[in-house]
Amino acid sequence: MARAATTTDAFNAIAEPRRREILDLLSGGERAVNDLVSALGLAQPQVSKHLRVLREVGLVDVRDEGRQRLYRMNGGPLKPIHDWVRRYEQLWEERFELLDEVLAEMKEEEDEHDGEPHGGADAAQ
Amino acid sequence: MSTTANHTAVLTLPSDTQMLITREFNAPRHLVYKAWTTPELVKRWWAGQRGQVTSAEIDLRVGGQWRYVMIANGGFEVAFHGEYREIVPEERVVCTEVYEQSGVPEPEPPVLCTYTFTGEGDRTHLHLLVDHPDKALRDLILETGMEAGMQESLHALDLVAQSLR
Repeated sequence: MARAATTTDAFNAIAEPRRREILDLLSGGERAVNDLVSALGLAQPQVSKHLRVLREVGLVDVRDEGRQRLYRMNGGPLKPIHDWVRRYEQLWEERFELLDEVLAEMKEEEDEHDGEPHGGADAAQ
Repeated sequence: MSTTANHTAVLTLPSDTQMLITREFNAPRHLVYKAWTTPELVKRWWAGQRGQVTSAEIDLRVGGQWRYVMIANGGFEVAFHGEYREIVPEERVVCTEVYEQSGVPEPEPPVLCTYTFTGEGDRTHLHLLVDHPDKALRDLILETGMEAGMQESLHALDLVAQSLR
């Protein structure tokens, strides 16, 4: 399988479901590579590739302990994404509902203070 | 099509890198536009239920900047800014939109938003087209707003968020 070019930001790094899975596993704490390999059910080279992408964007840190390579999640780069994208659509709906209220008030005020109807509203279609 | 007011925002995908949000409002166009372009009014709706807008700056002219800041309920600050590229009063606004993240370079080209207001009388239709620099970014943003595949990624992100506390 041809792989897309390695990405350079957290957005792209976590757009890949397997890499999200790795973060999911690491969010429970530090884990060794072979541990991740068995948990994911992927071949080691694939896991290593994904880990390299995650390392490049700063989402995981690695350290060697004896003969083990231990990976640890660093959620920092994800926090802004999380803050932003979570329930994106719902956020808009919340905004629009508040905007409805603001508009209702504006209409009332306009009706009270404004004897003159605004132009442009007379196009009977 | 129903003739009753539909107050549900509809999100669709016109192309690989675009997102379209549409919504109807029971108010004349000039008021909707005003609510969208007046700082004191933007402060009342832009944060949704997720926090308080602490600052809204709008320099409504081509080349002018806008910047909104909110304190989210979690206590962290969220800020967006952008530049107006095109302005047709009460009809159309085109601007860039950048999410401010410390230490993260701004995407180049930036996300571009095109707001189109149409309608007559007491009804206004908003058509908000968001152009992203690439599909991955669009899909990531979108995925979190859609049902399919959403749980998995949100679960991961939630765990991440928890780990940051």
